[in-house]
Amino acid sequence: MIILKSRQEIEKMRKAGLVVADVLDGIRELIKPGITTQALDEFAEKRIVSAGARPAFKGYRGFPKTLCTSLNEQVVHGIPSREVSLKEGDIISVDVGAIVEGFYGDGAKTFPVGKVSPEAERLIRVTEESLEKGIAEATAGKRLYDISSAVQRHVEANGFSVVREFVGHGIGRNMHEDPQIPNFGERGQGPRLKAGMVLAIEPMVNSGGAGTVVKEDGWTAVTADGSLSAHFEHTIAIMPEGPWILTKK
Amino acid sequence: MAKEDSIEVQGTVLETLPNAMFRVEIENGHKILAHISGKMRMHFIKILPGDKVTVELTPYDLTRGRITYRFK
Repeated sequence: MIILKSRQEIEKMRKAGLVVADVLDGIRELIKPGITTQALDEFAEKRIVSAGARPAFKGYRGFPKTLCTSLNEQVVHGIPSREVSLKEGDIISVDVGAIVEGFYGDGAKTFPVGKVSPEAERLIRVTEESLEKGIAEATAGKRLYDISSAVQRHVEANGFSVVREFVGHGIGRNMHEDPQIPNFGERGQGPRLKAGMVLAIEPMVNSGGAGTVVKEDGWTAVTADGSLSAHFEHTIAIMPEGPWILTKK
Repeated sequence: MAKEDSIEVQGTVLETLPNAMFRVEIENGHKILAHISGKMRMHFIKILPGDKVTVELTPYDLTRGRITYRFK
């Protein structure tokens, strides 16, 4: 069941969204060769707590950290570690969730570390653009898979592929609510979008094939063929006047 | 998030309830409450006690389901 939110509830979700946006801005400044993903995680946790919020991922189904940090062929849910430091040419996807007054915000971005290959740069750009195209479809009266199809088309037109095993989701007083939002689908299908829906749209895009494998830690998802993967996510609210990106300043 | 697919199981209808709801005993012996899919309603497919059916469950709530198929 898709839970609709009132304007007051969406205002609270905006607060959670701004905490997420602020953390990702801070992470962008910190990313350089040599820093460990653990250091990024500690920064994020401090920033979230000092904003009066709580990390959403820590403890979620046993996830141990505040951030998901997924490097290169890692798609999502990479676990920050003291053992992992960034190298020039890496790409890193950082996913962050925060809880404010009982409401969740969820967002992600992929960052280049120093100078990266033209292919990696293009993957990052196309993934971010596909999120923008998906969000543009998120207006009352359209169908859910209009979003999915817009993401998929843009990605595939650029020769990349969308991950099937992980999907976006409704969000509110829980991190994961109905509906599931695949990054693939047929235009004109799926539930009708209504004002008051709040959705976390999150294209995960591989430079090679769509297949993924979850590693033995039970969390880290990697591309099956070892190709690079990028991930962008915004929490958006469908307002009568159009989509409102809650995780963007 | 990881994609969660619905689970399909076979069952037998025990009784019909108001509002197109049914009590169904599924293969593992559990009794669940099931409603009938919109498509089956549209085609006026009648379901009676004793009928074998396919029920779709979601991982969120394993006590309720949706009847998607009635075997002849």
